[in-house]
Amino acid sequence: MFRYTKLTLLREIGLWALALIFLAPFYFLVTTALKPDSEMYTTSPLALPKNPDFSNFVAVLTATGNSNVVLGLVNSIIITAGSIVGLIALGSITGYVISRSTRRWSKGAYYLFLIAIILPGQLGAVPLYMGARAMGLTGSAWGLIVLYTGMLLPLSIFLYSNFFRGLGTDYEEAATIDGASRSQIFSKVVLPMMAPATGTVTIFAGLIVWNDFFTSLIFLGGSANQTLPVAMYYYIGSLVSEWNSIFAIVIVSMIPILALFLFAQKRFIQGFSGGLKG
Amino acid sequence: MTATMQPKSEAAKAPLRGRRAPGEGETPRPRSTGLQLGHWWWALPGIVLVIAIHYVATGIGGFFAFTNWTGIGSFKIVGWQNFEAIFKDPTKLGALTNTLFLAFGSVLLGNVGGLIIALGLNRMLKTRYILRTLFFMPVVLSPLATAYVWKYIFDFDGPINVFLTSIGAGDLAKPWLADPQWAVWTVLVVLVWGSTGFAMVIFMAGLAGVPVEVEEAAAIDGANLWQRFRNVTLPAIRPAIAIATTLGIVQGLRVFDPIMALTNGGPAGATETLATQVYKQAFALGNFGGGAALALVLAAIILFFAVIQQRLTRSNPED
Repeated sequence: MFRYTKLTLLREIGLWALALIFLAPFYFLVTTALKPDSEMYTTSPLALPKNPDFSNFVAVLTATGNSNVVLGLVNSIIITAGSIVGLIALGSITGYVISRSTRRWSKGAYYLFLIAIILPGQLGAVPLYMGARAMGLTGSAWGLIVLYTGMLLPLSIFLYSNFFRGLGTDYEEAATIDGASRSQIFSKVVLPMMAPATGTVTIFAGLIVWNDFFTSLIFLGGSANQTLPVAMYYYIGSLVSEWNSIFAIVIVSMIPILALFLFAQKRFIQGFSGGLKG
Repeated sequence: MTATMQPKSEAAKAPLRGRRAPGEGETPRPRSTGLQLGHWWWALPGIVLVIAIHYVATGIGGFFAFTNWTGIGSFKIVGWQNFEAIFKDPTKLGALTNTLFLAFGSVLLGNVGGLIIALGLNRMLKTRYILRTLFFMPVVLSPLATAYVWKYIFDFDGPINVFLTSIGAGDLAKPWLADPQWAVWTVLVVLVWGSTGFAMVIFMAGLAGVPVEVEEAAAIDGANLWQRFRNVTLPAIRPAIAIATTLGIVQGLRVFDPIMALTNGGPAGATETLATQVYKQAFALGNFGGGAALALVLAAIILFFAVIQQRLTRSNPED
């Protein structure tokens, strides 16, 4: 009974109209970024640029100091990649052990991580800042990698341990019978099988770390090693309503994540709707 | 991200009590009883890191909520004084009500919008996956970056006012984000825009689980569109609603980045939230005790809703 009728066509057209309104901000974003300064005050905000050029992008990418966008981009990539590596390494092994152990402490550890997921970060921010400063970890990419790994580790462990619980132990049993040691079982049997969970962890952690502003503002604020959001915040703070330049940097910051999303959109959406169910 | 709990899998495997693993390269002992998977100490680095970064730091932060520490130097324990100050300071009280208003408002509108889009995309649409990708796009983008775009759109010389003037409604034009009455509503629009796609994806997953046959049977029995939605679809997606709303509230209560980009809490504190106030008190104004007290209030509110989420999702084992 559910056939493609005229009503369905109407529904399809209606949703496309809604989508166009919904995505209107991107129209303003792109058109404004391509307008040279001279056009900003002479043309309507709704109009297309008359002589589109990339001068705003050049200006943004050559800025220096604590609004050095290119350096911010590089730092963001290093910090995001480093945190993801840390989260996969620690998250998978911890999640594995607590999901396979039948001892009582493992259940306690599971709840320890579960509660840590919902503890809001602001309360611990200043003590962490004090500790990091005492250890010389503020203002460095390393410090932030350690910090993000610790902050997102409960989420990573939670996703991995739920994955391992659903996996069953048949392969591991077979490997045990064949005489594999525990570390061989983990590296040769479990590691190759956990790719789906690793994908989910990578997407969540990657998005959160890449887009995070609060933590990097506090821990890198004032140093030369900014992440992209902080560099963007300072850069925009120095521009008073120069929207064409502001939007050039906004676009630069969006391109990597948008490219990744369009490339792997199915995985992203599955991660969000599936991973959330635990 | 969520905290949906699962019952421990199957029955317990044979106990592993206190056994040491056979060393690498050793021949397996055929008589060894049960499985021995992993060493408990493999979990140690993760547990230590989480305890240090989450529990110890939060505990210390919670302790400072009862002091007058400025972030450096010595301090005194002042009891509940910081909390009393919150309820006497109109800016902080305003931050509390703004936080609740924005969290609940964005969840309500974002979920209704997400549900409508998900229902629209649900069956037979040829371009549903393209549309789904488009509606989901704001979710992956940085809230800070998208907020700047919205700041321009609501600017006095920005597209909205130009549009209103061009259709002859120029007297409705106003400095949206600089107007104490309208600023918080403007922020709400931005938050709803950012969260609708997220709710949509969860509802689409929920709707995919509603069997076509039941809907068809209801239609054959003469149920109209609303009756079908009310009596067939809605009960089936109740778990999805529970997840989408509680996650949205927990997320909405922490709102920080869009505020910093859009209004920085202004005009005159009209859009301050608990998170922006925590940041300003603790890091900008050097009132760490007060900031920690606010953070503790925020933490208590978030934990409250997270516990409700646990209850809701656990009572639906189907999910």
